[in-house]
Amino acid sequence: MDFLDYAFMQRALLAAVLVGITAPAVGIYLVQRRQALMGDGIGHVAMTGVGLGFLLTWSPVWMATLVSVLGAVLMELIRWYGKTRGDIALAMLFYGGMAGGVMFINLAPTGSNANLTSYLFGSLSTVSQSDVTAICVLAAFVVLVTLGLRRQLFAVSQDEEFARVTGLPVRVLNLLTAVTAAVTVTVAMRVVGLLLVSALMVVPVAAAQQIARSFAATFVIAVAIGVSVTIGGTVTSYYQDVPPGATIVLLTLGAFIALTALAAPLARRRARARAAADGATDPGDCTIPGSRRAADEVGV
Amino acid sequence: MTEPVVSLRGVRADLGSRPVLRGIDLTVHRGEVVALLGANGSGKSTAVRSVIGQVQTGAGAIELFGTDRRRFRDWHRVGYVPQRTTAAGGVPATVTEVVSSGRLSRARFGVLRKADHAAVRRALDLVGMADRAKDSVDALSGGQHQRVLIARALACEPELLIMDEPMAGVDLASQEVLAHTLTEQVSQGTTVLLVLHELGPLEPLIDRAVVLRDGCVVHDGPPPKAVGQHALPGHDHVHPHAPAGAEPIRTGLLS
Repeated sequence: MDFLDYAFMQRALLAAVLVGITAPAVGIYLVQRRQALMGDGIGHVAMTGVGLGFLLTWSPVWMATLVSVLGAVLMELIRWYGKTRGDIALAMLFYGGMAGGVMFINLAPTGSNANLTSYLFGSLSTVSQSDVTAICVLAAFVVLVTLGLRRQLFAVSQDEEFARVTGLPVRVLNLLTAVTAAVTVTVAMRVVGLLLVSALMVVPVAAAQQIARSFAATFVIAVAIGVSVTIGGTVTSYYQDVPPGATIVLLTLGAFIALTALAAPLARRRARARAAADGATDPGDCTIPGSRRAADEVGV
Repeated sequence: MTEPVVSLRGVRADLGSRPVLRGIDLTVHRGEVVALLGANGSGKSTAVRSVIGQVQTGAGAIELFGTDRRRFRDWHRVGYVPQRTTAAGGVPATVTEVVSSGRLSRARFGVLRKADHAAVRRALDLVGMADRAKDSVDALSGGQHQRVLIARALACEPELLIMDEPMAGVDLASQEVLAHTLTEQVSQGTTVLLVLHELGPLEPLIDRAVVLRDGCVVHDGPPPKAVGQHALPGHDHVHPHAPAGAEPIRTGLLS
């Protein structure tokens, strides 16, 4: 545990834990809305913010937050009004964000592509004290929204049309989801990098889905996976001198594969229990309906 | 007559450049069960979606419980069953979790109290899904999905129930459960406006049928028993065992 003696490692681990919590907490709503790639899009737009931060010599983290929040709001507006041409407008927004980032950082006196690389793929050792402060503030906002409004966000992400009829402010909640996702991207930017942010939003949720049956369980398991892999990846990168972002993402994918392998026998056992319960209450038709139900649920 | 629960006067709506509703008049009184019938594309779905504010209307007036729809805020008085083949989203959710979201219109700040959880359990009982409460909705059949969607609408104990093709893709056993649930609701005074493709097992419940054709009302009166449902304008038959469990229509990266 000698890595805890270094101030930079303490900062890195704190940032890693906060990312491990916030990224899946927002990601679950994006996956539920079938917008798994939205985090990726916001990551591209945030690059312009990083570039602008260097150009104007402001904090790249806060500048990236500002620009990605604006980008996320713009994406949400395009989704409302864009209808069929919406995806092309979004594609242009992503490419513009990426090109803008590269352009601004090269125009900046202190910037270089090397600076940009640390934001694209994450660089734990260069996480500064002010970065950590920013990450703490932003992570608190994300946790407050994703936990405090979980029932509302669940309803809107599950069925937007129905949510409107329950009187929920659907547009406000959609905007809030987009803004929270944008904030999470900038929280995670220093740890896993802009190009890999989306993986940490989506893959822990996908892994948790393999074994969970309820939304609440999916949420808890996804956050547990998120925290485990970010800590694991950070410590591994300290001992093995490998890039933390890539390590974290590969660990997450490993967790997904492991849980998928675990899920098949679990589903079979649940199906058997279900069939047995049905058979006990209704002894008249035990063979055919029982076996049919078991087969139905194996594929889930 | 008592005050109308739903009132549409001269409602027009366009989807793109195509007029879908061309001046619809429709009134539903308290305690009535009104079926909206018509062929595919006749505008019946658009008509109910305009009532709940899901479709922008070009002209005309829509009132819910005597209040202009745009100023209407008492959404807990309305239960809505959208046209869906699945209750599932992109993440697993239990039957209880899905049905609980129907209670949000009565919960302050989204906090569910004891009484709210009890209402959710009652709604599940009404559709005969109480024994599946903790199961994932992914594991349900098409008819059970529809029962979950109806329980979600009933969770707020509504005075008005609006349903868009509740019998589409539902097996016969579930159709009977749904007809029974609806009968109980109606006997307690619930007003019902529902879009149907054919009257089917709900026929004895229906007080009045409104038939749409090309965005206009062509019949408003007793259900068209004499002519038979198969003689309705532009009728085409949908089997109750049509493929269920299809994904909701959402395309594109962020659509």
